[in-house]
Amino acid sequence: MTVGNVIMDAEPGASLWADAWRRLKKNKLAVFGLLVLSVLIVIALLAPWIAPYGYEQQNLELGATPPSFAHWFGTDLFGRDMLTRVLYGGRVSLAVGLIATFVALVIGVTWGTIAGYLGGRTDAVMMRIVDALYALPFIIFIILLMVVFGRSVLLLFVAIGAVEWLTMARIVRAQVLSIRNQEFVEAARAMGLSTPHILAKHVVPNSLGPIIVYATLTVPQVMLLEAFLSFLGLGIQPPQSSWGLLISHGANVMEDSPWLLIFPGLALSLTLFALNFLGDGLRDALDPRVSKD
Amino acid sequence: MLRFVLVRLLQSIPVLFTVITATFFLIRQAPGGPFDADKPVIPAVKRALEAKYNLDLPMWQQYLNYLGDLLRGDMGPSFKYPGWAVHDLILSGLPATAELALYALLVAIIVGVLAGVCAALKPNTAQDYIPMSVAMLGICMPTFLLGPLLVLVFGFWLNWLPISGWGDLPGDKIMPSITLGAAYAAYVARLTRGGMLDVMSQDYIRTARAKGLPERVVVFKHALRGGLIPTIAFLGPAFAGLLAGSFVVETIFQIPGLGRFYVQAAFNRDYTMILGTTIFLSTLIIFFNLLSDLLATWMNPKLRHQLRGQSV
Repeated sequence: MTVGNVIMDAEPGASLWADAWRRLKKNKLAVFGLLVLSVLIVIALLAPWIAPYGYEQQNLELGATPPSFAHWFGTDLFGRDMLTRVLYGGRVSLAVGLIATFVALVIGVTWGTIAGYLGGRTDAVMMRIVDALYALPFIIFIILLMVVFGRSVLLLFVAIGAVEWLTMARIVRAQVLSIRNQEFVEAARAMGLSTPHILAKHVVPNSLGPIIVYATLTVPQVMLLEAFLSFLGLGIQPPQSSWGLLISHGANVMEDSPWLLIFPGLALSLTLFALNFLGDGLRDALDPRVSKD
Repeated sequence: MLRFVLVRLLQSIPVLFTVITATFFLIRQAPGGPFDADKPVIPAVKRALEAKYNLDLPMWQQYLNYLGDLLRGDMGPSFKYPGWAVHDLILSGLPATAELALYALLVAIIVGVLAGVCAALKPNTAQDYIPMSVAMLGICMPTFLLGPLLVLVFGFWLNWLPISGWGDLPGDKIMPSITLGAAYAAYVARLTRGGMLDVMSQDYIRTARAKGLPERVVVFKHALRGGLIPTIAFLGPAFAGLLAGSFVVETIFQIPGLGRFYVQAAFNRDYTMILGTTIFLSTLIIFFNLLSDLLATWMNPKLRHQLRGQSV
């Protein structure tokens, strides 16, 4: 992209968001990612209505059959329709990804904003805590947590969210540090606005770019973590299902019925692909400094 | 430099202490104990067992006893494998895990660095896009999916490689190492590409070229040293993920390593075994973080000089 183009394209007074959207649209892979993701989320939400069979509907006489017109993704050992199970598994996987990221987002943004805005000793202490937590081997702890406190989905959200907020806090703090001394924040202070109000209405909205980028890149990490735990038998428990659990079951019977491994695997990989491309695209669009052009 | 190492070593003591304390008390919160078997144990027997392992003492006393033993290098006996000490069990699982992690790291570094350098030399050409697309594929293909897929294709369909085991059949170490290393090769490739692109546009590279050095020397001697810093900084923290990944790979390929012990011990409520493995793995992770920090500092001349200035 040349400088001339930018000037020609830019509408007078285009906001950051309009600008970013324009840049994002030019990135074909990111648009593809966004599209795939939207479709997946819609499908996941509508799963109970579009799934061709019941989630627990067994057909023991049928048993495991390869993909066919009646069962596009084949059936598992109990004759359950695999397409239906992948659809429902996606609901859980996506929900874990989104909710745990949201937990990380709330903790990380609050922590980072307060540390960055207040500065001084508060900042030093808060970031020292983050540094110390970084040094802990969390993956070991998560496994321990899941084993110790029964494997509830709620705990899974909290455990994953509690790990992923650290990087978010660092990113937000760095962003807030660069914002807090700008004129508009000073003006807000001069007008006597309360600190929480300034943070919520002026500081956080202006740090949204990096927050959105990092959140988008956190979702695939979280989904991977969930699938990893489910694969080890520590995450989602039957009768509920997630892609990780389906992959784990599929891996056990892949010699006879490879489709039970391949379809949930494809679904997970495709989602991770879409999220990563979208995240990379958003980073280039919202943070032009690091963009490659 | 020595001071830097010492300070970092001292800093890791409170971290380790937190790990030990948190694990010790956390694991006791778990429902069920090590002697709750499927069939109920006679209460008197259970009490005798608990007394034998000092589980009947107050919690704080057990904790202090454990810390004392630990300082003397004694991790206690395993509750589930009578007659075995925890450190013997750890040592019996360590070789396989260490070897696996080492090979995976080699796969990651060799494949990743080569791909990254290739891509950075001709950015935005096919030589860049192809390795980078493959890298993206590697990142989106988790270990627990890649492993079974490799087994399916190369084990069952093509019949080229053994599907499980470690050191029993020729070639059975190939698939586990690739499975574990693939994702890291992908990250290393992306980081190396980024680092190399940054470095290649700098003045000292132009100077090296202007001196008439062959491109080979410029790339591998001058540029790579700076370009690899982000990769090295990444490898330390990545080691924790590598260990976690080895749990999965050990499960898939039925390798008798530490990871399987760890997951098994956690399910069994084998208190001393969980504590022992957690402490051991955490120490390893902390040590590798330190090592990669040191390496990254040593490779970056700017930081190195700062450190030298400090110690004078």
